[in-house]
Amino acid sequence: MSDVQAIQVDIKGIREGLLVTLSEGEWPQLEQALLDELQRRGDFLKGAKLIINVDAQDLNVAAMSRLRDQVTDSGLLLWGVLSSSAQTERSAQLMGLATRIHDGSREPEAEEAEEYYEDSAPQELGPDGGIMVRRTLRSGASVHSPGHVTIIGDVNPGAEVIAGGNVVVWGRLRGLVHAGANGNEDAIVCAMDLAPTQLRIAGHIAIPPSERGHISPEIARIQDGQVIAENWTLG
Amino acid sequence: MTGRVITITSGKGGVGKTTATANISAALADMGHKVVCMDADIGLRNLDVVLGLENRIVYDLVDVVEGRCKVRQAMIRDKRLEELYLIPAAQTRDKNAVAPKDMVRICDELRQDFDYIVIDSPAGIERGFKNAIAPADEVVIITNPEVSAVRDADRIIGLVEAEQKGPAKLVVNRINTEMVERGDMLAVADVLELLAVDLIGIVPDDTAVLVSTNKGAPIALEPKSKTGQAFRDIARRLTGEEVPFSASNGNAGFLGRLSKLIGSKEGRNA
Repeated sequence: MSDVQAIQVDIKGIREGLLVTLSEGEWPQLEQALLDELQRRGDFLKGAKLIINVDAQDLNVAAMSRLRDQVTDSGLLLWGVLSSSAQTERSAQLMGLATRIHDGSREPEAEEAEEYYEDSAPQELGPDGGIMVRRTLRSGASVHSPGHVTIIGDVNPGAEVIAGGNVVVWGRLRGLVHAGANGNEDAIVCAMDLAPTQLRIAGHIAIPPSERGHISPEIARIQDGQVIAENWTLG
Repeated sequence: MTGRVITITSGKGGVGKTTATANISAALADMGHKVVCMDADIGLRNLDVVLGLENRIVYDLVDVVEGRCKVRQAMIRDKRLEELYLIPAAQTRDKNAVAPKDMVRICDELRQDFDYIVIDSPAGIERGFKNAIAPADEVVIITNPEVSAVRDADRIIGLVEAEQKGPAKLVVNRINTEMVERGDMLAVADVLELLAVDLIGIVPDDTAVLVSTNKGAPIALEPKSKTGQAFRDIARRLTGEEVPFSASNGNAGFLGRLSKLIGSKEGRNA
């Protein structure tokens, strides 16, 4: 096991979840070292989203899916894989994993850019793994959660909210929103002013009309295979 | 004396950062404050040209950072204003020649001798922007009444808040009153509704700015110019004075919206 010991597994918190950076080496050993580390810190990390930077490792879909299953078995969620290998990137994309973190690049600048958000991460984990954000999301900000997302504030154009569950915005929703991102067609999106750039629920995409009349709270959901939005009325 | 560092930034290029830096600095110096403006746009320097000081450059910001000269030696005194100095950017290098901590160090030195240190940030959100906001006590965001500029301003405001340099202050540059009245341009109220930050200036769209920029003579020093007045008002607001926004300054939509909010019948149709 001395090889495995020599491998560095660096875990740090970023806005999307936990960024894991592995040192160089052969993939089987690296994978083992990663899983050992997850095991060791298991209780502490439980439920977290992992973004793994595998650097130049070439991973095919089979290797990637094995990795995902093992990460899931450790009680975590594999959310993204960063790599400079085209093959690995393609495998990750095929499996619906993220291959970029929010600043859109893997260049050296990207890591510096992360730091902007570390201190101000607006997220509080609720009892069911949902997220509550108590501020306005400006352009470039993004919130991802496997559970529900509640925003108290506005979601400006250029910001995105992606949730496995429902999205509730106590404010103006003008950015991109995706509810039921894991395929849940019962998910809903509601907002005081529902005017997103694009609204997605599960696999459905809707572009709201730009002409709008009176502004009132609305709720969007899927009905008969189509995204519909209705006014929210009391009682 | 402990001077205040004001960084002028925008995200998007071409919205008027350098013009605003030159004019706000000139207006502050004209009020009798000791001002130094610093061009942080290394590799694409402009502030020297706008101030008409290009031919006097001997040392620049990178020379200071790399220890080839003292800060004093890189400062160029303005032709018109006794109390205005410029520290130019290097043209032959790039943003990586300076680090945020260098900017903090240089500004800390300048704070001893000046009332205001005004930094002209480059466009973008990368190294140059980080350099420019690292020493800032206050950040002024310049935007134009167009959707793309407002979108970038929103992103920048988020980054400034995350750096705990907020709350940023906003200047809406190049407002065309006629176009706003015709509904062809975003009104100041529309911009403010999205950005939700404090407004400290509305500058009209004015071709005279182009002329003054090319001549290297800030329009803020022309007493009769309305645009010059707009920049002088921004400078006064930065010093903490309460200056009302004049209705002729192209903010009919803004005042209209305000009066609508307080229930007057003069509000424009939304």
